[in-house]
Amino acid sequence: MSLLEIKNLTVSFDTAAGPFMAVQGIDLSVEPREVLAIVGESGSGKSVAMLAVMGLLPNTATVKADRMAFDGVDLLKLSPSERRKIVGKDISMIFQEPVASLNPCFNVGFQIEEVLRFHMGMDRAQRRARAIELMKLVGIADPEERLGSFPHQMSGGQCQRVMIAIAIACNPKLLIADEPTTALDVTIQKQILDLLVSLQAKYGMGLIMITHNMGVVAETADRVIVQYKGRKMEEADVLSLFESPKSNYTRALLSALPENAVGDRLPTVSDMLFEPAPPAGNKAAAGAA
Amino acid sequence: MSTTVLEGKNIVRDYHIGGGLFTGPRTVHAVKGVSFKVDKGKTLAIVGESGCGKSTLARIITLIDPATSGDLFIDGNKVDIARNPLTKEMRRKVQIVFQNPYGSLNPRQKIGDVLGEPLLINTDKPAAERRDLAMKMLKKVGLGHEHYNRYPHMFSGGQRQRIAIARALMLNPSLLVLDEPVSALDLSVQAQVLNLLADLQDEFQLTYVFISHDLSVVRYIADDVMVMYFGEAVEYGSRDEVFADPKHSYTRTLFAATPRADVASIKARLAKKKAA
Repeated sequence: MSLLEIKNLTVSFDTAAGPFMAVQGIDLSVEPREVLAIVGESGSGKSVAMLAVMGLLPNTATVKADRMAFDGVDLLKLSPSERRKIVGKDISMIFQEPVASLNPCFNVGFQIEEVLRFHMGMDRAQRRARAIELMKLVGIADPEERLGSFPHQMSGGQCQRVMIAIAIACNPKLLIADEPTTALDVTIQKQILDLLVSLQAKYGMGLIMITHNMGVVAETADRVIVQYKGRKMEEADVLSLFESPKSNYTRALLSALPENAVGDRLPTVSDMLFEPAPPAGNKAAAGAA
Repeated sequence: MSTTVLEGKNIVRDYHIGGGLFTGPRTVHAVKGVSFKVDKGKTLAIVGESGCGKSTLARIITLIDPATSGDLFIDGNKVDIARNPLTKEMRRKVQIVFQNPYGSLNPRQKIGDVLGEPLLINTDKPAAERRDLAMKMLKKVGLGHEHYNRYPHMFSGGQRQRIAIARALMLNPSLLVLDEPVSALDLSVQAQVLNLLADLQDEFQLTYVFISHDLSVVRYIADDVMVMYFGEAVEYGSRDEVFADPKHSYTRTLFAATPRADVASIKARLAKKKAA
C-alpha cells in the first residue's frame, strides 16, 4: 500500500481577478522507504501541493481531490483536530528558510520539546533526553549546551539541522523537505542532503524532496516528478529521467544546467518551449551584431 | 594588447569590534592580503562559502568600504577612498549588482526613477534625456517601455535582477561587480540572466567580478577563478587550470560538494544504495 496517495489534486486561490489555479490535477504516490523528488520552477505549484497535504494553506485556497490518503487514512474526511494529530507526527515538513521558520523568541530546546509534549505526551525528563538524542542524531556538537541557544545564535546550516530534528522527533512515516538547501552554501548543502538521506535510510521514512536544483535531484531521488505551471509534465525513475527525458520541458530544464552549456550560450527553457520566438536576452546580442 | 581594468595588491580588511560590558574589543580579519588582476572584457570569479570574506572584498572593489591596507588600482589609477574623497568619475566606473533582487530595489520607487537616479545624482543631464536613456536601457536588458512606470513588486525575481543590472549599467561603467547575482533565481531564469550578462559583456566590453558559491555557474562564466577560504585566496588561476587541477584541499572539498547531475554519477549512487 502506498504511504501517500493523491489522485487529481486541484488547488485554487481566490484572487481579486478570479480563481487562480495553482495546482491542476496532480496525481502522485509515495511508497514507504522511497525518495520522491518534485522538480519545477517557482510558480509550478510544487510547494502548494505539499502544503495542501499538510493542511497548511490559508483559507483563500480551495483544495479538491478525488483521493488524498495517507497510510490508508483519507485526509479529506478528517476533522481539523484529528488531522493535527497526524500532521507533525506521522507527516512532517522542513521549510526553505531555516532561520525564518524557527521562532526567534524561544530557544531551540523548547521548540524541539514542544513537538514531543504535544504528540508523544512525554514528561520533562524524557523530553530532555530525547531532545539531546535528536540533536546528536542531526550532528550538532555539544547538544546539552546548544539546547539553550536561540536561533539567531546559530548558523543557517545549524538551524536547518534543528528543523530536521523537530521534523523527525516523532519518527514520522513521511518527511516532506521543501527546498531544504536552497538558502545554504554548497558545502553545507552536501552535509544536509547526506544527513537527510541517511536518516531516511535509517528510519525507513518516505521522503519527498521539493527542489528546483537538478543536482539535488540527481544526488538524492529514486523517482522524480517534473511539474510546470501546476501540471505534471513527467514522472520517471531518476536514471531514465536524466538518460532519456520524455517531455520537452524536462529536456529544457536539463539543458539549462550551466555544466551542459554548448558553446558560449546557455539554452533557456523559453528557447526550447517556444522555438520560433527569440529569448529576451537575445536583444542585446542582436544590437551588438 | 589587453589593458588591466582592476588590480588589487595585498588587500587587507580588518573590522574592529568594540568591547561590550563583559567582553573585550577584538579584531576580525575579514580579508587577509588578497591580490588579483582583471583585464578588460574578462571575468574574474570569486568563490567561497559564506563568511569567507568574498562580499567584503566586493565592497572594497566597489569603493563602498576602504581597505585597511593594500593598493587598489582601477584603470591604472590608484584609488584610496579612506584618504581622498571619491570623485563622481570613479563612482561612474564601478557598479555593483546585489544578490537579492527583492531587497535591493526601493519598493516605493517606480522602475523609471530607479534607472534615472544614477544619472540624476552623478550627471547634469536634463529630465527628458534621462528618460530616453532609461527607456533604451530597459530594452537592452529585455524589458519593454510599458515597464517604465511600474513598481518593483509587479516584477518576478528574474525581471527584478534585470532591473538591478540595468541600473548598474546606466552610467556606462567599465567594471561591474556581481555579488551572487543568480543564486536567488530558478534554474531556467538563471540561464536567461547569465545569457544576458554574457551579451552585455560583449556589447559594452564590460569587466566582471563575479562572486558566487555555485561552481557550475563559475565554470560557465569565468575566465579566471579565485577561491577564498577564511579571508585568504587559497587558489587563483585561469578557469581551466583551477577546474582541471585543483591544488588546495579546500577547492577539492568544494568540488566534491557540488551535486553532479550526470548519468554516470547517478548510476554510481544507485549502485551504492543497492549494496548498502
